[in-house]
Parts: sequence; structure tokens; C-alpha cells
Amino acid sequence: MSAGTLYDKVWDLHRVSNLPGGSTQLFIGLHLIHEVTSPQAFAALEEKGLRVLCPDRTIATVDHIVPTNNQQRPFSDPLAEEMLKTLEHNCAKHGINLFGIGSGKQGIVHVIAPELGLTQPGMTVACGDSHTSTHGAFGAIAFGIGTSQVRDVLASQSLAMNKLKVRRIWVTGQLSAGVFAKDLILHVINKLGVQGGVGYAYEFAGPAIELLSMEERMTICNMAIEGGARCGYINPDEKTFEYLKGRLNSPNESNWDYAIKWWKSIATNTSAVFDDEVCFNANEIAPTVTWGITPGQSVAINDTIPAPDSLNVDDRAIAQEAYEYMGLNPSLPIAGIKIDVCFIGSCTNGRLSDLQIAADIVKGQHVASGVKAFVVPGSEQVSRAAKEKGLDTLFQKAGFEWREPGCSMCLAMNPDRLEGKQISASSSNRNFKGRQGSAQGRTLLMSPAMVAAAAIKGEVTDVRELMTSTQT
Amino acid sequence: MKTDPNFPNGPLKSIHGKCLVLQGDDIDTDRIIPARFLKCVDFESLGHVVFADDRKEQKGNHPFDLEKNQDASILIVNKNFGCGSSREHAPQALMRWGIRAIVGESFAEIFFGNCLALGIPCATASNSDILKLQKELELEPRNKYLLDVNNSVLRCNNKNIHMNINKGALEMLLSGKWDATATLISKTEELKKIMKDLPYLNNFLLDK
Ligand code: SF4
Repeated sequence: MSAGTLYDKVWDLHRVSNLPGGSTQLFIGLHLIHEVTSPQAFAALEEKGLRVLCPDRTIATVDHIVPTNNQQRPFSDPLAEEMLKTLEHNCAKHGINLFGIGSGKQGIVHVIAPELGLTQPGMTVACGDSHTSTHGAFGAIAFGIGTSQVRDVLASQSLAMNKLKVRRIWVTGQLSAGVFAKDLILHVINKLGVQGGVGYAYEFAGPAIELLSMEERMTICNMAIEGGARCGYINPDEKTFEYLKGRLNSPNESNWDYAIKWWKSIATNTSAVFDDEVCFNANEIAPTVTWGITPGQSVAINDTIPAPDSLNVDDRAIAQEAYEYMGLNPSLPIAGIKIDVCFIGSCTNGRLSDLQIAADIVKGQHVASGVKAFVVPGSEQVSRAAKEKGLDTLFQKAGFEWREPGCSMCLAMNPDRLEGKQISASSSNRNFKGRQGSAQGRTLLMSPAMVAAAAIKGEVTDVRELMTSTQT
Repeated sequence: MKTDPNFPNGPLKSIHGKCLVLQGDDIDTDRIIPARFLKCVDFESLGHVVFADDRKEQKGNHPFDLEKNQDASILIVNKNFGCGSSREHAPQALMRWGIRAIVGESFAEIFFGNCLALGIPCATASNSDILKLQKELELEPRNKYLLDVNNSVLRCNNKNIHMNINKGALEMLLSGKWDATATLISKTEELKKIMKDLPYLNNFLLDK
């Protein structure tokens, strides 16, 4: 059993009571809601005659269904309009702060909470969305929950949870030029498997992790869930504190030193005990691309799609399903696969640094003919900051469309979607069958830099070939 | 929100019914309920669109469309069932189609919790037991099985298959307290104490 980890400490500090059967009632410090998984929770609350216990600990935004080209209300999709109206109604009724379109603070829930300083070390965070693990980048314990649990958090500011085991993922070395956080996490998921993290919280640590910026750390923790781990986290350090300083909801100056002292105290002890430990070397990681229908089915850019007999016996059936669905044969090199659509965005890679890196690749080049490429900033703040740097015009000049913030083609609940068997290069997090809006649509996950390279060349390309020495 | 009287209610000691076999590992919630059906403010219409895209692709041959499975209530799956998105729409769609219990090799965690919150037990069994069971059901699809939650076994005629049900989940199912809200809201005093002691809710001034 783990001891002395950040996970253990945060767990103990938030334990309200022990529930029958060994689960724990855990206080939730920050509850984030959006339009898709909250309406039924509010309805259930009303049905039971309950109120929202701590409305000031819940923050709402709208992201999944918002159109990214024309955000004029009412939305042209009446169902999307109804969902947004329902959220607005519920927030107004229960006194919940909603960052709506045009507020200057709207965006993907996992992008806005950190940038508003809402996500802080040592907190418990819950949201009706599996990628809530993102917030672990700050040393918070953050997990995705279902709608019944959203109802529970609204009603009681707490959740019934079973304690997880803790696996430390220690990463030595340093990512090479052209290799990014996305490649690192795709690599880890490939090695440990999409089920490897079931029952675990992932602590990401080691020299290579410490070198990552906060935005890169969010990419890592964001995809912990794709490796089966309910949450992932990174211990807070100077980078965390620097990121948080001066943000809207960060502790103010008179409390700052106390905050840092506490934040440091909740980090994993040097003598901590883990349930499991694995080690990776960042120097060995190359740009990584998925070829199949789970985020674990990936290869390095200079590699070929694996043949069945090179895979674990357990992985062969799903690989077979993937070859068929993707229309890709084993032993085909991943580089050179033709691309129809390029998507840069999502809570994994829709932040300013992601857009900046992609822009550096795209600068002075043009999207290959026949390729539809578009950029969807993760939030209104990201969009504003990108525009200040001229990234919007840079992308547009290169033939990309520049959109308004939202989840967009990460899950295609808005009009942005693949058609027929189109194949996308996507900076998002899931390549499940049908994920991007077409039941036959195909998704190749990769870093935003690799998406940019694919857009320019019209095929999967090693981004390092496009990087000038000044960019590296 | 209307509550159907046929949905799980109170203590769940056993589930009796026909089994439906759905083969494959890593069946994710995007497949159970594709995202476009999430555009709704209630769960009511989800039952008939469960596995919508897979069913369309298989043109009537999907297990959820086969005549022999139409009144099944126990779903038999393989590994990592329900991975991916946290959408409760997935178990809601299964429940509204008629599923009352799921037996498999393993389940994704959020999905497992979502099922529990609806009163749908997710029981696991070994790989060999599941494969054997799937074979048997191919031969005898009309047999009725009893998932005995209390004793963690799946029974048919004189055969018993040993099941694992997470201890916490088991207690919650048996006591009828799988819907956690009532228990959680009863602990207001303890909750207040935690809030009073958490530095980040108190301007970090606690150990000044
Ligand atoms: S960007 Fe994608 S993964 Fe992230 S919250 Fe939106 S839909 Fe979910």
C-alpha cells in the first residue's frame, strides 16, 4: 500500500467519512460542470428535492456542443441551443458561476480552470468528464465522474470513492527536439497498455517530467485516463507556483507564501512508498503516432504498423479489428499515410504553447491541396493570446481555418466532423471508432507539431524533417 | 426526470434472466453510445440507440439486434468494457435497453462506478470462465441464469461460475445503498469540519 505520496496526503485531508464496504466519502474542493453531463444531474437533484450545497465551489462553462464557426445565439442546432439554455437556467437558479460564450473566459473546461487559477495543488477536483485527470498537472487529485456522481457532488460536495493504488512513472533523460509531451504519453500508454492503469493513480516524476512546462504537464496528465488510470498527477514545484502567480483565483499576495508552504508540504515525500514503479527514458522516445482504434495502438514515426505476431497475444484481436477498421495493413510504414483532415485543438493540445509550436512549423508554408486543416483554440483566453501574437493570421495565410474555442472535432458533438472514411491527423486524445463524428471516420493521434507537418505534406510526416535549426 | 418502476430499486440480491454475449476487449463508451446521442437533457430516449453505429454496420446481426437476445438482461463481455469517456449515457442506454447486470473479465473504472450508481452490478470472472460461458451460450442461448450477488456466483441448472464483485460495491448493492446521495448528505457535520481544516478554503492561514 502506498504511503507518503501526494495522493495519500490529499486523500487523507479530504476524507469526510468511511463508508460501508470500504469506500471513502471524499470532500471535493473544486467541481467543474459543462452542458453535456450536468442537465440530468440537476434534474435528479430537483426530483429528490435537494439543493446545491456549495454553489461557490462549482464552476460551469460550455464547451462540448458549441459551434466553432458561428456562435450567434440561438445556435442553428436546436438541440445544442436547448443544452446551453438548460445549463444557463440551472446555473442561474442555483447560483453557480458560468463562464459563457463571450465572457472572455469560456473554453474547454480543462483549459479554463487552470488558466483562471481555479486548479491548485492539493485540491480534489471532479468533473463529469474523463479528462479531468488534466488538473493533476498541478498536484491536484482530479478525476472524471458520471452524471449520478455529478448529482452527488452538487448535493453533498463529496463523493463515494475507493482508494486507488499509486504507480510512479519515473522518466529520466530529456525529450529530444521535435518530440513533445504528447509523444511521451502516447509512448507510455503504448508500453503499459490502455488497461494498464486500471486501479491506479499515476504519479509522473523524474528529470524529464520536471523539465516540462505546466502546459506540457497538462498534456501528460490529460491522457493518464487513456492508459486506464483514473487520475494522474505531478508534484508541484517552482514551475507550478510561477504558473499560478497572479491568476484570477490564485491566492493573493498576502497569502502567497503560506500557500507555497502548504503546497510544498503536500508533495510526495522522498521516502514515499509506491504500489508499483516503472521507468522510461525520454531520450529514447521519437514522435509517436497512433495507427489503430485505441490510444495504445501507436508506433514511432520511423516505424511500421506492427504485425500481429509482434504483439502480445492479448492485443491481437483488437489489432485485427483495427487493421480492418482503419484500412491499414500490418508492416505498412506509418510515415506517408495520406491525410484528409488536420485538427489542432482539444483539452490535450489546444493551449497557447501547442498553437505556437504548430505555428512555428507552418510558418511560410501552405497546407497541401485537398487537405482541410483547422485550429480550434482551447479557450477564449488562448484565442486572445494567440491573436496577440498574430498566430491566427499566420495559420490562415498557411491555409488553415481559425475557429472559435470549444471541444470541436475532438468528439464532434458540434458541426465539425469527419465524413465517410476520412482520415484525420488530430492533436486530440481518442481514436476510437467513430469518435470524430463519422461512423467510419479514422483518427491518427499525434502532437500538434506532427499535425502541422501532416497538414503541410498531406501525409503523416516526421516533423523533425521540417524543423529548421533555429526551431530546434 | 421520470423513474421507471422496472429500473433497479432497493437491495439487489440477485438478477435472473437470459444472457447476451458481446465479444471483444476495450469496447469503449463512444461505441456504446456515440457522441451525437449525448445531445439531450434527459436519458429517456437512449435505450434504442445503444450501440447505434455498430448495429448499423452489422445490419441486424449485432447481438443487440438478434431475435434470441431481445429479452436478455445479463450482458456478458470481455476485458476493459466501458473504457473511454465518463458518459453515464452509456450505462443509462444499456439499462434502458433492458440490461440489469454485466458479467465480464474486467471493467473500466468510471464505467463500473456509473453502473453501480444505477444499481447495475458489474461482476468479473476469469478469462477461461468467461470464454467457457460464451461458448455455452452459443449452444444454449435460451437458458436462464441467476446472478446471485449475495454469494457472488452465476448459476444455471447445476453449474456455478465463481464471480468477483468488488467488496464495497457488494455491500452497497446488498444494502440497497448503491445510490450514495442519501448517505453522503447525512454527514454535514463531518464535512464542515473537513472544510474548516483545509488550508485552501481558509486563505492558507491555518498553520501560520
Ligand atoms: S476536448 Fe475532447 S476530451 Fe477534452 S473535454 Fe472536450 S470532448 Fe472531452
